[in-house]
Amino acid sequence: MSMYHTTAQLRHNWPVVLLATLLAAGLAAPLASGAATSGFFLEVLLGGLMAGVLYSLVALGFVLIYKASGVFNFAQGAMVLFAALAAARLAEHMPLALAATLALLLMIAFAWLVERIVLRPLVNQSAVALLMATLGISTFLEGFGQALWGSAIYSINLGLSKEPMILGAQLFEGGILVSRDDLVATSVVGALVLVLGLFFQKTATGRALRAVADDHLAAQSIGIPLNRIWVIVWSVAGFVALVAGLVWGSKLGVQFSLSEVALKGLPVAILGGLTSVPGAIIGGLIIGVGEKFAEVFLGQALARWFHLQGGGIENWFAYVLVLAFLLVRPEGLFGERHIDRV
Amino acid sequence: MTRGEQIGDVLLQVEHASLTFGGVKALADISFDVREHEIRAIIGPNGAGKSSLLNLINGVYTPVAGTISYRGRVRPRMHPYDAARLGIARTFQSLALFKGMSVLDNIMTGRTLKMHAGLLAQALHIGPAAREEIEHRKVVERIIDFLEIQAYRRQPVGSLSYGLQKRVDLGRALALEPQLLLLDEPMAGMNLEEKQDMCRFILDVNEEFGTTIVLIEHDMGVVMDISDRVVVLDYGRKIGDGTPEEVRANPEVINAYLGVAH
Repeated sequence: MSMYHTTAQLRHNWPVVLLATLLAAGLAAPLASGAATSGFFLEVLLGGLMAGVLYSLVALGFVLIYKASGVFNFAQGAMVLFAALAAARLAEHMPLALAATLALLLMIAFAWLVERIVLRPLVNQSAVALLMATLGISTFLEGFGQALWGSAIYSINLGLSKEPMILGAQLFEGGILVSRDDLVATSVVGALVLVLGLFFQKTATGRALRAVADDHLAAQSIGIPLNRIWVIVWSVAGFVALVAGLVWGSKLGVQFSLSEVALKGLPVAILGGLTSVPGAIIGGLIIGVGEKFAEVFLGQALARWFHLQGGGIENWFAYVLVLAFLLVRPEGLFGERHIDRV
Repeated sequence: MTRGEQIGDVLLQVEHASLTFGGVKALADISFDVREHEIRAIIGPNGAGKSSLLNLINGVYTPVAGTISYRGRVRPRMHPYDAARLGIARTFQSLALFKGMSVLDNIMTGRTLKMHAGLLAQALHIGPAAREEIEHRKVVERIIDFLEIQAYRRQPVGSLSYGLQKRVDLGRALALEPQLLLLDEPMAGMNLEEKQDMCRFILDVNEEFGTTIVLIEHDMGVVMDISDRVVVLDYGRKIGDGTPEEVRANPEVINAYLGVAH
């Protein structure tokens, strides 16, 4: 019985095993081949993890809305842009903390409006209608955000020291170079991701959320307040967008391309399994580290072996990884398997 | 106390209710009442408007004419959520369970309205929230015992047989501790044994919890044995209303079910 159980599980989980093996090999290769010193290796790893945590955060926004309304929210990227623009422009007139708070209130008001104007009329309609609605929201928000706040590049100063730190100088030759603002931002975002994850995984609200995602009508008729759940979820997604916008905006400047950067959360959410909060977290880390390694080490190797330029791998790595993984496991790493009895 | 003596005042009153879908009359001028502690069946051939009537009571649809009053209060416009708050629970004809979730979690969702702990307390699992969760768990475990589905509590409902899913659907509705329970074809697609089990559960719910039950069925057989009174619909009109014996003897009902003799 248990023997059968293990083999059956192994048969189902082989794509995960394969992915883990490949990633481990990719991770070990630079060190084993001597392409990197251990200090440099750790530096790249840390950079990847830090980028990954941000991806996780954005992916969490996707997952929450998917769980609550069973629809993929294409507007997530636009929400990141809008929130960052609001915070950046408001911060020109007031302290950043106040500007960010106002931006958060704005995102909550936006969530309320979305529920009123878009979601409520679409209750019990097909998922495609909702999907198109989020595309519409996305286009509107991108345009309206720029109309409201302008379309130049704005800066956000989080007030963190950009001065790099050197860690572990005694352990490795030259130590590891880490920028201080990255480290602080990562810790904050990491904590946030954990708290949100626990909240939606372990609470009655989380359960209500999953119920709403499965069947609107049934959820309503057992007394789950659909409208309130939607406002909560879109507000949390707005909050997540704001944090991501602040961190990315402070690095890259607040500009239109933020909404595309944020769409990196999309392959992350899909890899993790669209319905899984832990999936979003782990998916983010895998893709963050994976693309940094691909960029730095695979790029180098390609350049050496095939005389290619070897750059820009970072931009498509996530999508290729997800595409390949979905071929063998459509529900993603931790997504709910579809069980259909015919 | 005999059954007849237990049956109390009018709980739900439907008066001259009509419903149309884009010009098609689904229900025309329907009136009937449901008394407390009663098992009231609504029967009729396929397409007679039974589910529409249930959806009307449940607040999914609003009647274009006529009124529905519950506990003596007329409701102008209502949503399923309001119905749940008033103590009206329902099951679904084509199952509408939360497929990916376990049996336990599905039935736990039925407790949502009874939960009062704040979001933050829930998240941190502290004090009242933790105690509350335990209390609700106890109620749900009793329902699971009652429906004899202990063995499946951790299984995702999507993997269960149809008959068992119907039981989980009933369990989720019971978790609301409703005053009025609406059952949409609780025995559809079941074999004889499953039907008998379901009948037993329905009778037990009525007996033990004193729940008033309105159930829909297109098959006359089983329902006649467990119902106190029966409404018969055909093409959106009410063609019969009374005790099972009266309904069985009603010539219009016989025609609707067996066809008119030529």
